Amino acid sequence: MADQHTLLPVLEARSITRTFAALKANEDVSIDLKQGEIHAVIGPNGAGKSTLIQQICGTLAPDSGEVFLAGENITPLKAHQRARRGLARTFQVSALAMEDTVLENAVLGALGAQSGAGVSVMGMFSSALGNRALRDAAMEALLRVGLRDKAQVRTAQLSHGERRQLELAVALTLKPKAFVMDEPMAGLGASGSKAMTEFLDRLRREAPILLVEHDMDAVFALADRISVLVYGRIIATGTVDEIRADAGVREAYLGEDA
Amino acid sequence: MSGAVTNIRSGARREWVINLVLLAGLGLVPLWAWFADAPFTITLATRAAILALAGTGLNIALGMGGLVSFGHAVFFGIGGYAMGILASHAQNYDPLVQWPVVIEGTQFMPVIWIVAILAGAVAALVIGALSLRTSGVYFIMITLAFGQMFYYFAISWPAYGGEDGLAIYVRNGFPGLNTLDPIQYFALCFAVLLVVLFFNARLIRSPFGLALNAARQSTQRVEAVGMDPFRLRLAAFVLSGAITALAGALFADLNRFASPAMFSWQLSGEIMVFVILGGVARLCGPLAGAVVFVMLEHFLGGLSEYWHIFLGLLLLLVVLLAKGGLIGLLSGRGAAHG
Ligand SMILES: Nc1ncnc2c1ncn2[C@@H]1O[C@H](COP(=O)(O)OP(=O)(O)OP(=O)(O)O)[C@@H](O)[C@H]1O
Ligand SMILES: [Mg+2]
Repeated sequence: MADQHTLLPVLEARSITRTFAALKANEDVSIDLKQGEIHAVIGPNGAGKSTLIQQICGTLAPDSGEVFLAGENITPLKAHQRARRGLARTFQVSALAMEDTVLENAVLGALGAQSGAGVSVMGMFSSALGNRALRDAAMEALLRVGLRDKAQVRTAQLSHGERRQLELAVALTLKPKAFVMDEPMAGLGASGSKAMTEFLDRLRREAPILLVEHDMDAVFALADRISVLVYGRIIATGTVDEIRADAGVREAYLGEDA
Repeated sequence: MSGAVTNIRSGARREWVINLVLLAGLGLVPLWAWFADAPFTITLATRAAILALAGTGLNIALGMGGLVSFGHAVFFGIGGYAMGILASHAQNYDPLVQWPVVIEGTQFMPVIWIVAILAGAVAALVIGALSLRTSGVYFIMITLAFGQMFYYFAISWPAYGGEDGLAIYVRNGFPGLNTLDPIQYFALCFAVLLVVLFFNARLIRSPFGLALNAARQSTQRVEAVGMDPFRLRLAAFVLSGAITALAGALFADLNRFASPAMFSWQLSGEIMVFVILGGVARLCGPLAGAVVFVMLEHFLGGLSEYWHIFLGLLLLLVVLLAKGGLIGLLSGRGAAHG
């Protein structure tokens, strides 16, 4: 028997609309994410998936619509404030401090997870890498994604797949209420995707995941629910079986091979 | 991979050796000049130390924050005028403020420095809050515009000398020192530089430094971990302005003169040029650059008034050869940020 609290979605976007000039990138998009689930968003290139994620995470303002995190309306909040409220995002195109080491990137995440991080007097005089708690949190996250041995390597020297893993490690250090991931499998290769799939499968128990992904094997293996975004509109939301059986989806997106 | 890691380490060690040699050199040359009775050499070294301090200030914004401020002379000038105004009131026995409380001027350096630092910080807070909403070329232009505003304000302010600037008769005092003695004033400026460099070295390693450094590389990254890049940059800009203002106060005291030229865009450009020449984002990059700058100015400035051409050529050469400036070139760590 689920109580009222667990029924409330952790993350919810309501009627998000955003246009670029004449292009309707998102049109009346509503999507929610419940505790413990992976909700996948699929759709062809240019469908507006990343645009949706940007608006959920606060790096792009919607023309209309609202975003809620744990019941709080976070629409007026900036990206860093949303992150602080417990929204962890990984980027389609890696956004990492490329000149820094892998460890430094992970420590940055651990630092962000601390309250009052950033500008403080203590923050200017103590040593970041010398801080045991920060370092331990960072190393733990690196260990979990399998990057522990690369901790001292400069991030620019990582392969694309490893950068994805590092993005994930940084998100882990945040101990968020919800994960929002934009194509975490891209560039991972077959064995990498398999490992990532297994990892995300377990991760949903820590926090639910809104997952944008092109890798259909991964999506069908992982998703509790799938939403299909085509030309900026959600044309269907349902379980894997429902989406596979949906004639409209097959026509618009999945094609014969589904 | 491990080879690359070892390279980073050995490069870092070499950079430390270079830094120590530079600092020892700057400390020992005036000592030699003192024995050899060459006071002008001491003055040149003092000038280099002070400019290195100004550049160290700029380097926090430019090197760590990636903020191309083309108006740092504002803070240098503010420091200079903080000194000039306080000292001229004191020497004329004319209170700075009559009402509601009487505030006298002062010729006491520690107070002058604190006022310079605070004034520089406040100016940087205001300028930063307005200009950091923009980036790229717009940021450069706005900081340049603020610089020009202060410059024209200084030349059109007759109470404090207008175009002629503000001269004081004797150098301000520091407890236990005869500041008029070149070697003692050098020691004082050198000590201030060492303290600020020590602070800067800690800052680079600090959580704030890590976050600021990351914000330069990816704004989205710091946002995604819950930090406000604007606040990080503003804090960096304020620190940067405060340090450059302190340098301005020392510079004006060296010359016993605060001139509107301290606010000029040419000076903003010169500071930026020697910081880049020495090595942006390198702890002792501004020091290396300032030493070379002062030497060029002295040796070539005597030969030709167009000596800046040689400075430009040198800059071009160093920038083309190594991204990390002279320090990067010497330490073998060519990458812009290490
Ligand atoms: N800032 C922008 N300005 C103008 N058009 C944009 C902007 N961002 C996205 N678009 C357009 O909006 C549409 C949706 O883009 P979006 O990146 O959201 O697609 P996507 O579903 O993530 O695609 P992909 O699978 O290739 O990542 C595209 O046509 C894109 O060109
Ligand atoms: Mg996308």
